[in-house]
Amino acid sequence: MSEVNYRQLTIDGLWKNNPALVQVLGLCPLLAISNTTINALGLAIATLVTIIVSNGLVSIIRDWVRAEVRLPVYVMVIASVVTVIELVMKAYFHSLYLALGIFIPLIVTNCMIIARAEGFASKNALMPSLYDGLMIGLGFGLVLVVLGAAREIVGFGTLFVNADQLFGPMAENWTITLLPEDKTFLLAIMPPGAFIGLGLLIAIKQGIDRRGQLKQKLAKAERRGAAQNPTETA
Amino acid sequence: MKFPVQTSPHVEANQDVARVMDQVIIALLPGTLVAIWFMGWGVLFNVGLAVLTALVVEAVMLWLRARPIRPALNDHSAIVLAWILALCLPNLAPWWLSVVGSLMAVMVAKQLYGGIGFNLFNPAMVGYVILLVSFPEMMTRWGVGIAPYADQLTLTQTAAWMFAGQLPAGMMIDGLTKATPLDAVRTELAVNGHIGSVTASIFDPSVSWNLWLNLAFLAGGIWLLITRTIRWHIPVATIAGVVITSGFLWLIDPSRFADPGFHLLAGAVIFGAFFVATDPVTSSTTPVGRLVFGFGVGMFAVLIRAFGNYPDGVAFAILLMNMAVPLIDYYTQPRAFGHKKRG
Repeated sequence: MSEVNYRQLTIDGLWKNNPALVQVLGLCPLLAISNTTINALGLAIATLVTIIVSNGLVSIIRDWVRAEVRLPVYVMVIASVVTVIELVMKAYFHSLYLALGIFIPLIVTNCMIIARAEGFASKNALMPSLYDGLMIGLGFGLVLVVLGAAREIVGFGTLFVNADQLFGPMAENWTITLLPEDKTFLLAIMPPGAFIGLGLLIAIKQGIDRRGQLKQKLAKAERRGAAQNPTETA
Repeated sequence: MKFPVQTSPHVEANQDVARVMDQVIIALLPGTLVAIWFMGWGVLFNVGLAVLTALVVEAVMLWLRARPIRPALNDHSAIVLAWILALCLPNLAPWWLSVVGSLMAVMVAKQLYGGIGFNLFNPAMVGYVILLVSFPEMMTRWGVGIAPYADQLTLTQTAAWMFAGQLPAGMMIDGLTKATPLDAVRTELAVNGHIGSVTASIFDPSVSWNLWLNLAFLAGGIWLLITRTIRWHIPVATIAGVVITSGFLWLIDPSRFADPGFHLLAGAVIFGAFFVATDPVTSSTTPVGRLVFGFGVGMFAVLIRAFGNYPDGVAFAILLMNMAVPLIDYYTQPRAFGHKKRG
């Protein structure tokens, strides 16, 4: 892995190897916190920062950590990063910190982060590791926010409720009401709604991929057909 | 002379899915008619909308899954599913409630699991429970009474209410709806600490619509038994489960727990025992397993009624026991001829 392909890292993190839609890692926070857009965004940012910093730290120390003890070391690195983020959130975004509750400390156990530390950062230089953390974190965060927005719209009938928890007092009237209160589909914000929503997102992703493959295959067959009997297509 | 040699089976059962489903539809008719008599035209709208939605959704899902559409629509299973679901819905609910319920039942609970024969959970009950947890206020809009009671809406009034939300002048939705007996018991228990005399009126044929409705469903259930569409195990075990569990609680404290007769006649026990729990796909398939399954449904229904958050527990009990079916079937396999009993 001497030459790192940044384009490949971007495609992998955001789409082809998306941690939430393809690897299906870190399901617990993904399903539990995606009930409103702002909760999802808060957790997405916290996870993004964690994975970038932990990837960077693991990459720096990768030559000094013995293989036998690497996992405990990585876990300690991640845990320290999460502790710092938790304290920062407690100080500056207190109501969001209260809303996310146990799921901030639980970022430590998000297997996506240790998977990137073990699978990528421990074998690559600092810059690629930071970039990989950014892309994987963004891929996870995007799914989290999309799922959060979809569940909030269907379940609460609103968008950006409690935005002031993240953006301060200026965001107090950002809430957009899309559905009347008595017609919201409460199932969406309950746990089964999270599973159904994630399932639909995965299905949409697979559908788009399948479509792309089919188109490629058709194009290839057409090219071959044109090469074999040029008169027919002309 | 040539004798053609045929392989077995030489005698074919005169039974297929459509025939079974048609028997269930026939059996649902008396209950549906009594429900329309006591609750008005809303029941008819619910059934019609749910059946229509189910057929459309079934066709669309099969088309998306690239499966043959015509045979699946002709087996009438979607009609039965939607009909059973519609009979669980309140008669003064808005039109979209039965549409959403039917959509979720067919799309999520039936077709996403692979269509008829592959669903883990009873689709009608999944649809009902989704509606119950998602639209709690809409699901309480029961307007019932001994017919023809004064407030019953006419056909056009019902249509105006269900589709446009307009009631005739001077009428309020809160005035039209009434607490069901199971609701009344809960309220009484919460307010006075004992169930009082609420349960007694259910046995009086001049005021109790529940009595007539359940008798109609019982008649339908007996028709299913006579035509051998269902076996006796599940209904009998369910009713036994309800009677034994509620009897046990009632003997402990008759002021807080309703008697077994009330539990049988209020709510969905008879309907659930004969029409829902007997679903051949999601219920147990061995004779002993059917007894265990039915008893579990009855027991959990009473326990959820007595200690749960919702007035009726039959739907939840059926879904719970659906989950246990693979386990029950595994432990109750009958001994095959020539094999020793497993130790």
